[in-house]
Amino acid sequence: MGNLSAYSSVVSGIVRKDLAVEWRSRQLLASMLVFALLVILIFNFALDLDAAARSELSAGVLWATFALAGTLGLSRSMASEKDGGALDGLLLAPVDRSAIYLGKTLANTIFMLIVALFTLPVYGILYNVDLLNGGLLLVIVIGAWGYSAIGTLLAAMAMQARSREVLLPVLLFPLLLPLLIAAVRASGFFLEDLEVVYIWPSLNLLIVYAAVMPALGFMFFDFIVEE
Amino acid sequence: MAPDSLQFKPRLLSVLDMSSVVLMLVATWMVFFYAPSAQAEAGGETQRIFYFHVSTGWISMAAFVGAAVAGTAYLIRPSQRLDVFSVAAVEIGLVYSFINITTGSIWARPVWNTWWTWDPRLVTATVMELTFLAYLLLRQGIEDPERRARFGAIYAILGSLTVPLTYLSIRIWRTIHPVVIGSGDPTAQGTFDMTAQMLHTLLFSLLAFTIFGLTLLWHRVRLGWMADKVERLRMQAMR
Repeated sequence: MGNLSAYSSVVSGIVRKDLAVEWRSRQLLASMLVFALLVILIFNFALDLDAAARSELSAGVLWATFALAGTLGLSRSMASEKDGGALDGLLLAPVDRSAIYLGKTLANTIFMLIVALFTLPVYGILYNVDLLNGGLLLVIVIGAWGYSAIGTLLAAMAMQARSREVLLPVLLFPLLLPLLIAAVRASGFFLEDLEVVYIWPSLNLLIVYAAVMPALGFMFFDFIVEE
Repeated sequence: MAPDSLQFKPRLLSVLDMSSVVLMLVATWMVFFYAPSAQAEAGGETQRIFYFHVSTGWISMAAFVGAAVAGTAYLIRPSQRLDVFSVAAVEIGLVYSFINITTGSIWARPVWNTWWTWDPRLVTATVMELTFLAYLLLRQGIEDPERRARFGAIYAILGSLTVPLTYLSIRIWRTIHPVVIGSGDPTAQGTFDMTAQMLHTLLFSLLAFTIFGLTLLWHRVRLGWMADKVERLRMQAMR
């Protein structure tokens, strides 16, 4: 048990570090939030979201917004790690590297959830849609976790390439598609108040994805950061 | 492989070159003259595209899985040759899966009355193609060969998850894509029952495309090794 508590203290240390850095600068969240709002505005004009279209498209618009704003956060959080030399320091520390991965993933999940927490009421007010739905929130929590799990891994990879911010979405979106499909379907079904029997298949895919991706991250993170 | 095999083309490779040509010609002949035409709902004469469609589809999946296996082996024991093999497999898989998607689209025009529809099978196949295109982009962005190989291996393994997803998509989701091998969804459009001659033609096309793919793979791997050798010689000359 001593090992486990040491491990979790490393993980929580990294989460607290990321949150503290963000609390001081507020750079990352501010740009993510503004960007998310802009995406919603663009969708409004691009899709002509009238009352009838809204109820069907809300799930898709929300997830597209999260996915786009998420890449912003992912590449920023890894880039600041690398530019500030913090990553080298972390790697020198005698801790399990998977703990670093888990910490970064948790921190990114929290950022995603904060963005969702602001986006949902704003979207709800602007478009007069009721988004206070337990199922939807559940899908967002699982989805944000799966998104961050694969995103953190690929961001660590993209940061070491030449065109880093450009490369991340190209690497991320194809692999993200199963998650997005499942999340959009499940959210849509919850918003339409369908019976749980119809929601389970999408929810299953979402849960499997959110379980498999962190496992792969645990296996591969070590290979990605090694020098 | 002996070092001089890079200077001289191996005999077996020449044999494979010739066999690929012959096999592909025979496969084309079988598709047009040996296999009977299918019933009208399956596209009639258009259905003949099915043999190359399925063959290229399967082999592209095999190539992507091969790249992931080579990637796994690379992570366990790094070697330049495994990396070259991985890239070669991905490139061939990309070409094959592009042929697969294109032929499918040509068949779908008369049968489904559209070039393209957002069906689960079509989406997963496209995602598979895009994933491995991203693999090539990733490699292009990294200069250090050792790191490029390592990242490539990891991305190939992650990307190979799209292969079972594509394979199973017509079996787990409701789709209009026919499942000719095994039982299909009743909502599928354009399904047909295979006769013995059709099966022969399919298996022969599969063989022809497999041999052709292996020949291409060998050529591509040789090319990669030559490029490595040139790189090494250049480094030596600069020293």
